[in-house]
Amino acid sequence: MLDNTTKEIRERKSKGLINPAKTCQPVGAMYAALGIYKCLPHSHGSQGCCSYHRMHLTRHFRDPIMASTSSFTEGASVFGGAANLKASIRNVFTIYNPDVMAVHTTCLSETIGDDLPSIIGGSEVPEDKIVFYANTPSYHGSHVTGFSNMTKGMVQHFSTATEEEKKEQVNVIPGFVNPGDMREIKRILSLMKIRYIMFPDTSGVVDAPMTGEYVMFPEGGTKIEDLKDTGNSKATISMGLSASADAGLALEKKCRVPNYTLNTPIGVKATDEFIMKLLKIGVSKVPAELEEERGQLVDIMTDTHFHFHGKKVAIFGDPDVVISTTEFLLSLGMVPVHVLTGTPGESFVKTITEMLDHAGLKANVKAGGDLLMFHQWIKNEPVDLLIGNTYGKYIARAEDLPLIRIGFPVLDRSVHSYLPIVGYKGAMRIVEMVSNALLDRADRDAADEDFELVM
Amino acid sequence: MKTAISGREKSIVKKGNKKKEILCDSDSLSGSVSQRACVYCGARVVLNPITDALHIVHGPIGCASYTWDIRGSLSSGDELYRNSFSTDLKEKDVIFGGGKKLSLAIDELVQIYNPALIFIYATCIVGVIGDDLQAIAKAAEKKHGIKVIPVESSGFIGNKSAGYRAACDSLLKLIAPEKPLETIPGSINLLGDFNLAGETWIVRKYIEAIGLHFHTAFTGDSSSETLKTATGASLNLVQCAGSMVYLANKMEEIYKIPFIRISFLGIEDTIGSLQTIASWSGDQLIQEKTDQLITDQLDGIEKEMKQYRTMFTGKKAAVYVGGGFKAISLIKQFRDLGIEVVMIGTQTGSKDDYRQIESLVGEGTVVVDDTNPAELERFIKQKGADLLVGGVKERPLAYKLGIAFIDHNHDRKHPLVGFEGAINFAKEVSWTLNSPVWEFV
Repeated sequence: MLDNTTKEIRERKSKGLINPAKTCQPVGAMYAALGIYKCLPHSHGSQGCCSYHRMHLTRHFRDPIMASTSSFTEGASVFGGAANLKASIRNVFTIYNPDVMAVHTTCLSETIGDDLPSIIGGSEVPEDKIVFYANTPSYHGSHVTGFSNMTKGMVQHFSTATEEEKKEQVNVIPGFVNPGDMREIKRILSLMKIRYIMFPDTSGVVDAPMTGEYVMFPEGGTKIEDLKDTGNSKATISMGLSASADAGLALEKKCRVPNYTLNTPIGVKATDEFIMKLLKIGVSKVPAELEEERGQLVDIMTDTHFHFHGKKVAIFGDPDVVISTTEFLLSLGMVPVHVLTGTPGESFVKTITEMLDHAGLKANVKAGGDLLMFHQWIKNEPVDLLIGNTYGKYIARAEDLPLIRIGFPVLDRSVHSYLPIVGYKGAMRIVEMVSNALLDRADRDAADEDFELVM
Repeated sequence: MKTAISGREKSIVKKGNKKKEILCDSDSLSGSVSQRACVYCGARVVLNPITDALHIVHGPIGCASYTWDIRGSLSSGDELYRNSFSTDLKEKDVIFGGGKKLSLAIDELVQIYNPALIFIYATCIVGVIGDDLQAIAKAAEKKHGIKVIPVESSGFIGNKSAGYRAACDSLLKLIAPEKPLETIPGSINLLGDFNLAGETWIVRKYIEAIGLHFHTAFTGDSSSETLKTATGASLNLVQCAGSMVYLANKMEEIYKIPFIRISFLGIEDTIGSLQTIASWSGDQLIQEKTDQLITDQLDGIEKEMKQYRTMFTGKKAAVYVGGGFKAISLIKQFRDLGIEVVMIGTQTGSKDDYRQIESLVGEGTVVVDDTNPAELERFIKQKGADLLVGGVKERPLAYKLGIAFIDHNHDRKHPLVGFEGAINFAKEVSWTLNSPVWEFV
């Protein structure tokens, strides 16, 4: 399909996108809202939006994704969507009966200027039920921005400082990662014996076990009382500048909970930083299990480093995940030569460039880019390995490159959402993925006389 | 009947109850977890398979991202249609208008891809900010000397069916010849087949085998070239009526091309369709070739089908698909396999479709329009279905309920039309029903 991509990169003044590396805010908001216990995300817009987001998330997680829609009609676009939202609120609680309804906007409802707080305020919400919202205009940012906005919306609506003194507990905002990653972060927190509140937490919601029963609201998700209690925690660790920092900062402002924004804990360095931060916040020592895991990881890295050294990598995806993964690739001795995210924001370029400078490397780095540009970069400077979401497969095929699927969405492989890439265990998994990809390729390409048993 | 959602009673009927007509083709209820999509979605799925077209989505990024190469339509030639193009409208475009950006994007894309044809899709926001797509398309056509066709597909102007009509209107613009084409006797267009997993190719093979000329499909594996020959056809075959009956009517009105409704899903409907086509031709030779084709094809699959027919006794199926024709064919196809359809519904079926569905299903079968997960679950359980046929969003629901599933939508991986499709279908039913994984549930 991409056989005709040219090397020549033309300036595109329109700023239109060809084969995008991002999608729109609402899908991120929907995913974040699924991380609240018994919450039904609600899309305030045309019904296509909701259908597409559910489809996209369903394909990635391979689990039923529930969300309702205001089902805008022509009338709504002229007279505003207030009537649709009010009817939706009434119907959602009569029919589906969630505890919480998390409304996010769309480009349409933003453009016609629906005032969500006053519409929700004027709606009949059953007494013990909650409706909250986040503005997620699709024409700004990306799906990561939408995730961030919905998470921030949780803080604005729920977080309350009710205690004089902060509790010995830490808020952890994991960012736009898979439920498998959230479970791993929670496992580390438990090993550290620290009381925590993770939000949003989609584990147990979009990776719910098979029981033979279908439940609309599975057991997972952050509980409302915990969301409220985040205002009483002694600190917040927000993982990732793009997906989590805004919520952490909002919580700091609203409830005076100090916020520490860290890189998503992918790779040895970022995981170390996470654990060191927990130590600083007040955990007495690192448990032996974690020390052992770290030791194993470093052992694996030394055992395999000669496979990686100098190998060129092109990586694309969401900013937080790409930043940490790029750092880990550098730690393995690999050479990232093309680094791209579809999400706009110059901090991405700055962070990656600093990292590369530090390693004495130069690369193509871009935020708000698309996959045509990325492909053209690769045409101009070929690589040994491609890392990205499923959409990378077209480039991988055209350039005959091995592809490792990391990020969102992964539409053509399964199990990925259950297994972590965060923490020391997750880093081991990345090492396995990268070395298998490179060595499978070496085996495939080896001439008969070079084909070896031991590698 | 007690339904999951008040306000939806009229969209659900149970065969055998006192006469009541189903409510369909209406707007979805606000606040429901509808399985339905929007106008843009309807338009895009119809036009997307045109292989040499450049499909520009004018709007914020989402609409282009979600529809990037998800249709599963195969191409024997160009692959341009499998890329994703968006004007990626930003806040300032929403305020000041996105027209200039669109014109610029068209210029750039023409330079890079040199396409034969461009479709510009209007998304929700374009309908509100009022960019004049007609004027922009006209100017671009003049500038670049290619067809640039706007698609009026703002999401909120209706449901998916409105999108089908918008797509058909665009197709009418595309196929309009500069001077009338001469009608080629015994030549055929196939409307409403999208070449999922290569299905158009199978139908085309049959059409050519019985001695007729195949112009183009609307729109599976079609191109701007093949579509331009469409008005020279002497007959339109309409498969997916939901999306294409409007176009067929228009083509009859404008180009005097008659149409007949056919379906190549399942053995019964495949045979019926081939015979209908042959008798339309009124040609003895074609009739003979058709009889021969049917005999040969049946011989080819008979042994295998026989095995399958004994495997599923007592099994029950639930069906929730996009269009009416598919639902109707599936009832027959399941009957052929000895499986009873106990629940059936569509996203966009018409009153006629539902009348036919009701005449085919057994007493007590639940018939629903524009359903939702809660209802699907309720009826699957209530009726004891062992298998669900549906699309992307229904698959994990079936699995969570611990029942088998077949994708009869964009994610199908093998062709389901014709005689070979019938075998593929039976095979898939058998694989999913007989998988050992259900023992662990």
